[in-house]
Amino acid sequence: MKFHALLRYATPAHAYTLAGRLLPWLFALGLLLTAAGLYVGFGLAPTDHQQGESYRIIYLHVPAAWLSMVIYLAMALWAVLGWVLNTRLSSMMARALAPTGALFTFLALWTGALWGKPTWGTWWVWDARLTSELILLFLYIGFLALQDAFEDPRQGDRAAAVLALVGVVNVPIIYLSVQWWSTLHQGASISVSSGSSIAAPMLLGLLLCALGLWLHAGAITLLRLRSIIIEREQARQARWLERLRPQRPKGPQGPQEART
Amino acid sequence: MNWSSWTDFVHMGGHAPYVWGAVGVSLLALFWEWAHVYWRQRAALQALGDEA
Repeated sequence: MKFHALLRYATPAHAYTLAGRLLPWLFALGLLLTAAGLYVGFGLAPTDHQQGESYRIIYLHVPAAWLSMVIYLAMALWAVLGWVLNTRLSSMMARALAPTGALFTFLALWTGALWGKPTWGTWWVWDARLTSELILLFLYIGFLALQDAFEDPRQGDRAAAVLALVGVVNVPIIYLSVQWWSTLHQGASISVSSGSSIAAPMLLGLLLCALGLWLHAGAITLLRLRSIIIEREQARQARWLERLRPQRPKGPQGPQEART
Repeated sequence: MNWSSWTDFVHMGGHAPYVWGAVGVSLLALFWEWAHVYWRQRAALQALGDEA
């Protein structure tokens, strides 16, 4: 496929259709993989010799934490593209990603607290990993608030893009905080360079859950994108929206009425 | 399976409130997000129809 053929999907009208086609596949596959991951993680994976059964929270906590960072980077990329290239769809993508990113950040913090209590004896400590993750949640909330603070959505998009860009610096801090500082939070058990230090069924369950929740995040973002496209395109009275409107009942001059 | 009985599974080695608390809140949050976005999409399409 040629590059200019791909570019046509950068228009809201084509993106709306493409999102509608991808959505059911992402949703179904995401549900299937997450269910399989939870089955492996909760049913087949062995008990951890140090943390006992409480370690099973990782099947939700770790994918949520990964997604909170990856979604932020994707959101910032789309926001900056929308700002620099002035492409409407890019800003809509950033807007569609932000609530899902905020939700996964909240889940990473919530499940982390529930893991921390039996493992460390406390719900929360102000260590580098936890604090920088909390800052990420505030960045998401700030991004959403800033986008809504302006009457003109394009102005809100630009202001929020600046915040998103500045906030990118927080993502490597979250990731590397356990190496840079002495933290209560444990280091990574899985690494691209040094492999995995956990048992194979644990790793399989974790990867299935992570992939399933990634696909879930993709599906929910596309569904939200479709709503945002309708809302914003309706405000600028885009003509292509005519095809989404429900057909009126045909009268005696039905076919003629439908053409006008 | 890793469990000798359903009671063991539910009990989670004495960590049931933490483990099931994490699972429950996560599933609830994901379901709420789907419901919220689905209703938003419906409302957007409804508004489009009303305008017509």
